[in-house]
Amino acid sequence: MHFHNGQVPLEYRRYITAKVAFIGLLLLLLLMALIAAISLGAAEVGLGEVVRCLIGEPPNKRVATIVWNIRMPQALAALFAGAGLAVAGAAMQSILRNPLGSPFTLGISHAAAFGAALSVMLLGGGVMTSSNVGAVHITNPYLTTFAAFVFCMLTSSLIIVIARLRGATPEVMVLTGVALGAFFTAGTMFLQFFANDVQLAAMVFWTFGDTARASWNEIALMGGVTVVTSLFFFANSWNYNAIDAGDETAKGLGVRVERQRMLGMLVASLLTAVVISFLGIIGFVGLVVPHMVRRIIGSDNRFLLPASAIGGAVLLLLADTAARLMLAPHVLPVSVLTAFMGAPVFLWLIVRGKR
Amino acid sequence: MILDVRQLRFAYNGQTVLDGIDFQVRAGELLAILGPNGVGKTTLLKCINTIHKPAGGTILVEDRDVLRMAPGDIATRIGYVAQKNETARLTVFDAVLMGRKPHLRWRPSRRDLEMVEAVIRHLHLGGKMLRTIDRLSGGELQKVCIARALVQEPRLLLLDEPTSALDLKNQVEIMRLLRRVVDEHGVGAIMTMHDLNKAMRYADTVVMLKDRKVLSYGPTRQVTAEMIESVYGLAVEIHHINGSPIVLPLEETGEGSGSSLLFNTSTRG
Repeated sequence: MHFHNGQVPLEYRRYITAKVAFIGLLLLLLLMALIAAISLGAAEVGLGEVVRCLIGEPPNKRVATIVWNIRMPQALAALFAGAGLAVAGAAMQSILRNPLGSPFTLGISHAAAFGAALSVMLLGGGVMTSSNVGAVHITNPYLTTFAAFVFCMLTSSLIIVIARLRGATPEVMVLTGVALGAFFTAGTMFLQFFANDVQLAAMVFWTFGDTARASWNEIALMGGVTVVTSLFFFANSWNYNAIDAGDETAKGLGVRVERQRMLGMLVASLLTAVVISFLGIIGFVGLVVPHMVRRIIGSDNRFLLPASAIGGAVLLLLADTAARLMLAPHVLPVSVLTAFMGAPVFLWLIVRGKR
Repeated sequence: MILDVRQLRFAYNGQTVLDGIDFQVRAGELLAILGPNGVGKTTLLKCINTIHKPAGGTILVEDRDVLRMAPGDIATRIGYVAQKNETARLTVFDAVLMGRKPHLRWRPSRRDLEMVEAVIRHLHLGGKMLRTIDRLSGGELQKVCIARALVQEPRLLLLDEPTSALDLKNQVEIMRLLRRVVDEHGVGAIMTMHDLNKAMRYADTVVMLKDRKVLSYGPTRQVTAEMIESVYGLAVEIHHINGSPIVLPLEETGEGSGSSLLFNTSTRG
């Protein structure tokens, strides 16, 4: 082949620069959302005070405590959870070539809820205490977290085993996920039927995804997993683009499609499982954010995956801040707000037409 | 010799689909695989770049056994244009750039981008570089797929029914393009086809499949009406118009009366 007389077209350079600039803009937005999330709340903390805390010169001890012990952990939990759920959703949508690919639609969230319910009911994780402000606590949260994680990974492993048996096609994986989701929902309902009032409350409480739940250790783990798995997805963006073009085209380009699909699914599940197990179920972020971002930046996974991660972080941070402020002094779990926001946004995206 | 297929066998669910397939492709040769629906034309094509794993035989590409090569390695030697086209909504430039994937380490180099631009220009798609491929016509999309296979810098091109979903003008354009690519760049190419006339006109050699085996294999000019009849079970006549062979089906005219031309060419002018 003799195609060596080409030159990189200026219009293509501009096109790529615009995408990179958009990602830069999202990063800036993320920084602003982070500062806003730390600044806003029941106790007033000025933007300047937040910035001084962040650069290591807190104005006083009270502000430092509010920033580092209360607001920052919750903000970082929202940031990592949003990024993780969105990038996992974007990757799933690509590798399954299905716009409905998300932890929610593939039964992974339902499995987590079942795992948590099982731990509450049978493994003794559900002895609750009720504090005077009306909050409920699960006394053995690590057991519940662990059970939720185990069931998340069990579900995705089952999807992968069945996919191995029947060929790792998107249809097999999505339908298996939907079936397992229904099964675990039934299982949760079964447990709830036989649960006593206290257990039932604990089960339901667990399913409310809440960013205030995570401790620094958990945030560090969640952050580490989010960063590493996101890098894995970014590194595979050309593979996902090829799979997007069709299995046979991808195979013709040397992509091991089945292996990529199963590995990608496993990594996305791991990421989702870590987030859900620590924070509870936060719906729609994984489904809606990639669709929103795709409308702006296009389907190229080289840009879509990082933009989804940052977009997810921005969205969940803003939603979390709004959920804290909306009904103050009551704090709404962010999952309630994302579900409320997500459904209309998704409908709007459908009505506006597929892109 | 670019491709040498020897005693290829493929089985699916224990049933033999292809058996004892032998043929070769040289540099600058365009080969058409013909045969009725379901005979295994596409399967044969997919065996060559190991999308399907053959049950037996050898496939040598420039004397290297593809069955012992890694998928990424195969993709640097064989370009594949699938029949079912594209769902991704990339721009034309990026869709073609994807063809450099087997050569990429991390991100495309300047040389990769320059090659993509040259191929796009070569295929007259230059004005649509940044258009997303879901907004292209069928013919343009097929060109993008061929362009993608070309930037793989392959020695062999595989095309699964490259003109099946196109109108007449685009069919001719794509066939001329393929002929030009094969002639100018000295690659070998294999296409599966239903259109006998296109195959007879543009291909150098023909493999005709029937009942899991190669029924006939040889230069296009040696294809006879009897061969076509035994493959498709349909009586035909081969005419030549301006030097190009035209295959015309004969119409059954009733018991014992033999066949006559479906389209009577002799009455015209």
